[in-house]
Amino acid sequence: MAIYEKLEAKPAPLGTKGPINWMKENLFSSIVSTILTIISFYLLYITIPPLLDWMIFDATWSGTKEEITKDGARWIFIFEKFNQFIYGFYPEELYWRPNLALAIFTLYIFLFKYFNNTKIRVFIVTSLPIITYILVAGGFGLEHVETDKWGGLLLTVIVASVGIVASFPIGILFALGRQSNMPIIKTISVMYIEFIRGVPLITLLFMSSVILPLFFPENMDFDKLLRALIGITLFQAAYIAEVVRGGLQAIPKGQYEAADSMALSYWQTMGLIILPQALKISIPNIVGSFISLFKDTTLILIIGLFDILAMVTLTNSDTQWLGFETEGYVFVTMIYWVICFSMSKYAKAVEDRFNTDHK
Amino acid sequence: MKKHKKARQPEVAFYNNPENRAIIYQVLALVLIFFVTYFVLNNMFINIEKRGINTGFDFLSSEAGFGILQSLIAYDESDSHGKVFIVGLLNTILVSVIGIIFATIIGLLVGIGRLSKNFMVAKLSMIYVETFRNIPILLQILFWYNVVLAALPSPRQSISFFDSIFFNNRGLYIPKPILESGFTAVIIAFILAIVAVIFLTKWANKRHDETGEEFPTFWVSLGILISAPILIFFVSGTPATLEFAELKGFNFRGGWTLIPELLALAFALSIYTATYIAEAVRAGIEAVPKGQKEAAHALGLKDHIILKKVVLPQALRVIIPPVINQYLNLVKNSSLATAIGYPELVTIFSGTSLNQVGQAIEIILMTMAVYLTLSIVISMLMNYLNAKMQIKER
Repeated sequence: MAIYEKLEAKPAPLGTKGPINWMKENLFSSIVSTILTIISFYLLYITIPPLLDWMIFDATWSGTKEEITKDGARWIFIFEKFNQFIYGFYPEELYWRPNLALAIFTLYIFLFKYFNNTKIRVFIVTSLPIITYILVAGGFGLEHVETDKWGGLLLTVIVASVGIVASFPIGILFALGRQSNMPIIKTISVMYIEFIRGVPLITLLFMSSVILPLFFPENMDFDKLLRALIGITLFQAAYIAEVVRGGLQAIPKGQYEAADSMALSYWQTMGLIILPQALKISIPNIVGSFISLFKDTTLILIIGLFDILAMVTLTNSDTQWLGFETEGYVFVTMIYWVICFSMSKYAKAVEDRFNTDHK
Repeated sequence: MKKHKKARQPEVAFYNNPENRAIIYQVLALVLIFFVTYFVLNNMFINIEKRGINTGFDFLSSEAGFGILQSLIAYDESDSHGKVFIVGLLNTILVSVIGIIFATIIGLLVGIGRLSKNFMVAKLSMIYVETFRNIPILLQILFWYNVVLAALPSPRQSISFFDSIFFNNRGLYIPKPILESGFTAVIIAFILAIVAVIFLTKWANKRHDETGEEFPTFWVSLGILISAPILIFFVSGTPATLEFAELKGFNFRGGWTLIPELLALAFALSIYTATYIAEAVRAGIEAVPKGQKEAAHALGLKDHIILKKVVLPQALRVIIPPVINQYLNLVKNSSLATAIGYPELVTIFSGTSLNQVGQAIEIILMTMAVYLTLSIVISMLMNYLNAKMQIKER
């Protein structure tokens, strides 16, 4: 039998905790790492202080244009043109209408969460677009506002929402078509999806703005905005179709077989069993696709619609306010960034909630 | 055993039989498409006749009559719209290639950076991705073009590097190599070097399979590829000279000029696409099971060997498909050039040429066909690479 000698317990190693050790491990673990750390700090040093100076400390926040003395950002331009950035040329006395639409939208979101009843939910989903349209465009006693008056963030949000809502059912149909075992339906779906995904959005917008009117009888007059919306919806539908297809492919065959053995029809199988699961899986990617669409709405400025980005150029052509592009672009950048970043964080949160991987 | 008689299917109505129904649906779809097409084409012909629009592709040979800022091939105003198409296509390819190269380099660095053990590098990479991914690409293009490049000094005050590269608000001026006849030898040397490298790689792989010994293939190949043409260049008596840009009057003459439109577009496209490539690279590396790295560590392999021999070969399989999709997106996004006037396909062909001849249908369909072809070529490349990268299972 072996004899064991008892060893004295060693003291806990020094410096495995605390800020110094953290820095040793995370900033200066090797020569390369140290050099990288120094470079990183240098980069921050040359970018952050001038940026802060420009944006905050040297910036002009109030007063009139003549009072600008500092060389920082002149935010008074944004304040001056704020309404134009948000509403475009929408009549000022009617601003309450889009605002009310936004309020109703917010209210509906709460109601939607609160009432777990299909009928109420369907009512909410179908009535919202109608109410919004009447409020923004007019009708039923409300003064009519031409679409060429719509602009700014209002237009951006309208184009994005219509694109999202209208493309969704079309996209699902094409996704089902692509998975179908009817050869002709499948071919049509594949051709549509691949064609749309293979060309830039801007050529589709050109097509809908230049060629589309040629396809219809002369008396059918298409609004410029409507044409852009058609282009964007066709585009988005193809992307949604691919996202939903990804979800459909993830559904185990057993689910279809179970539905078949219950003698459910195709639409019952899809609507009650397959699609709810497939859509749930695809939520993160659908949100991702919405973010892309939201960013892509900027392209409508190329066919002459005045979304928030176009407002920068437009507000700038005011002879009173020449040379304020930088502030304009920075302002628009911040708006897009905040909206897109929050959406992508939301997508990440949803993805994590549905994640069943054991990491 | 008694043979079962096949149970008689209960009678269903003709239209309730799934097979018949499939046929009915498809015939309906076809009829619908036929009628829509007929309606559309019919209206189109009526409209074309009413408005007196020309049709056909004759316009391709008629004189364009407008100048183009930058062209890779000789072009002047008397050339045809067909040539405008080619010039635009080449400029699209030029900006795409530049964009793809830089986007790949930045994306790779940032993607690896996000997984770095160095806290600062990881955070800065994250900030980079989160910032530029969430801003529309068109906004970025306009910003670089209208704000940053416009703020550069005028030609007289240009920023210069070694007195040979100049940077100002008219563009970037770099020396242009003038090749003389003897330069063919250098090209031949370069081709021979490529052949040599192919044989070297084969030999090194064979040796590795047989003896397990490593040969520094990459560095030796790089050495051969660089040194062979340079050696021949000097041996044959330096058959090329550099033409430097010079300030004459108000602007620079000579050398190669990269116009500001190209710089802004290439810059924005690379910065934007790189964020997506970085995410793909990160996802790919994270997809390699941790056990693989741990096993390699346990064998005592060094970090960079683990990355090269264990992690990357497995990660590439996950990385390549999304990255190629991003290349495709970059090519399509290059069409946004039309907002700042870089003369690529959409700007000069779907823009200027269309305005002149007014044949929207032909021109837009041709433009779409180009992008579709590029998409198909790129996705064929993707399938080929994918097939090559697949795990070979027995």
